[in-house]
Amino acid sequence: MIRLVTETFDPGAELNAFSAGRTVTGAVASFLGLARGDPSQPAALELEAYPGFTESQIAALIETAIDRFGLQDARVIHRIGPIPPGDPIVLVLTASPHRREAFEACDFLMDYLKSRAPFWKKEHGADGERWVEPTKRDLSDIQRWDAPSS
Amino acid sequence: MLLFGRLRDVAGWRERVFEPVPARLSALKAMIRSADPALADALEGPGVQAAVDKVLARGDAALHPGAEVAFLPPMSGG
Repeated sequence: MIRLVTETFDPGAELNAFSAGRTVTGAVASFLGLARGDPSQPAALELEAYPGFTESQIAALIETAIDRFGLQDARVIHRIGPIPPGDPIVLVLTASPHRREAFEACDFLMDYLKSRAPFWKKEHGADGERWVEPTKRDLSDIQRWDAPSS
Repeated sequence: MLLFGRLRDVAGWRERVFEPVPARLSALKAMIRSADPALADALEGPGVQAAVDKVLARGDAALHPGAEVAFLPPMSGG
């Protein structure tokens, strides 16, 4: 499940709701991304999405993760619009019978969200605004999940 | 036609209606080139993808009347 939100959200409440009533799960892993920025600026960054397209691309990514890691469930909550420093941007939740798959799927989902999900990020700094594109690090991180070429 | 991210800043607009709708993506790009060469260059930039009706387009996709075309610069979430 994917949810795009324009207001702040409560990661603890989301984690509790996702974990509730799971008697055969064993492991829930979570990743929370926060807006890093200059506290004197009203918004650290601004995220633009393409409504409809962004959700369908992320839903397909979640299905891929569920199949690849044998997850029982996964959820992504992603903030869009202007985001103040310190606010949550993204929460990834994964559920599986054992911890390894939950951890790995969380890592996989974040690497894909950073460089393949349809978001466009503008950073607001003291010296103005600039569009941010995936870094070399983001692109090498995602290559870790490519099938080995042996 | 929709523009996202830095493409919007290059063009100075987010959304524009083309009537009649060109038959193919290449014809739409040719129309853009005659009106705004800087935007046309940006659309050919590295990592820029096109989507037709919210599905990523491969190659020179055909466009139907009412088609929604979006140009997507390299994506960066989280």
